[in-house]
Amino acid sequence: MLWQLFTSFLKIGAFTIGGGYAMIPLIQDEVVTRRGWIEESEFLDMIAIAQSAPGVIAINTSIFVGYKLRGLPGAIVASLGSALPSFVIILVIASCFTQFKDNSIVARAFMGIRPTVVALIVAPVWRMGKTAGINWKTLWIPIVTALLIWRCGVSPILCVAVALLVGVIIEKIKKQD
Amino acid sequence: MLYLQLFISFFTIGLFGFGGGYAMLSMIQNEVVVKHAWIDVTTFTDIVAISQMTPGPIGINSATYCGYSAALNAGYGHGMAVLGSITATLALILPSFIIMLIFCKLYTRLSDNRYMTSSFTVLRPVVVGLIASAALLLMNSENFSTPDDTYRFGVSIALFGCALIASLRKVHPILLIVIAAIAGIVIF
Repeated sequence: MLWQLFTSFLKIGAFTIGGGYAMIPLIQDEVVTRRGWIEESEFLDMIAIAQSAPGVIAINTSIFVGYKLRGLPGAIVASLGSALPSFVIILVIASCFTQFKDNSIVARAFMGIRPTVVALIVAPVWRMGKTAGINWKTLWIPIVTALLIWRCGVSPILCVAVALLVGVIIEKIKKQD
Repeated sequence: MLYLQLFISFFTIGLFGFGGGYAMLSMIQNEVVVKHAWIDVTTFTDIVAISQMTPGPIGINSATYCGYSAALNAGYGHGMAVLGSITATLALILPSFIIMLIFCKLYTRLSDNRYMTSSFTVLRPVVVGLIASAALLLMNSENFSTPDDTYRFGVSIALFGCALIASLRKVHPILLIVIAAIAGIVIF
């Protein structure tokens, strides 16, 4: 069972390109549909928790599924299984890339890639802004956050910690009223 | 000492990394490029590109790559660089274990906890700001060149604009990176 858990997540980790969100339907297909390890409704609850918790969403989901099935050893096996392919592939690329970096073709390709990558980070700002329900009253929050990090060198980790704390304080004040 | 710092940096990122891979990128960038200067900004941009094109979560991919490059840039050999990537990747995953096991037990109580709901309401727009800052920090002369180099600067802006429109119209990121690579080879 532990071995099956490991190979299932290894396969998921090796064949999903496009980040953590792309992995979730594959995990669902393997764990719910094919293996029948977990029921659909329970899996959807797991995704909700994995998304609201900090950390890599695909890893959170693996830990959850593994823990549910085989306790802590299951959680370790599942998460290592889904991280291992990424780890190995990146190591291979990283050790080769230093040799190819100065190659004229590779250098020119990356001159084209770099502005594109920046655009790929701007796009989710727009998409997440819509799902986060940002309106004219709350628009200042992302703007001030971005400026603090970009211009004043404030740590993004500190911004997250402050946001969590402010949420608690707002609720405390409401309670007193 | 580098390994301890790598561990602390990526452990903290794992612990506060709300909002998925892109929000995490802004934290990784801040630790690795701004705070510790382990990696320069162009190399970091390349790491993000490679992390998007290879299988697996962007957070894991970039942590592995950053751990490797940080050790290599500090003058260690390949073997010690692999140790750097192991340190960064495990440190990123470790908080997930602790948090998920707690969440697992407390979820029904946490999901309607008023403090939790309130904190998440504040957190969501902040995460959008985090991702915006990651993009702003990468909009620099290293990635786009300067107006003095009119040709490269103009092409960079055009590529950025096209990619942004295509990405908002849900064209797959890998396809966009491949097209940009070909465009780069042909144009530059």
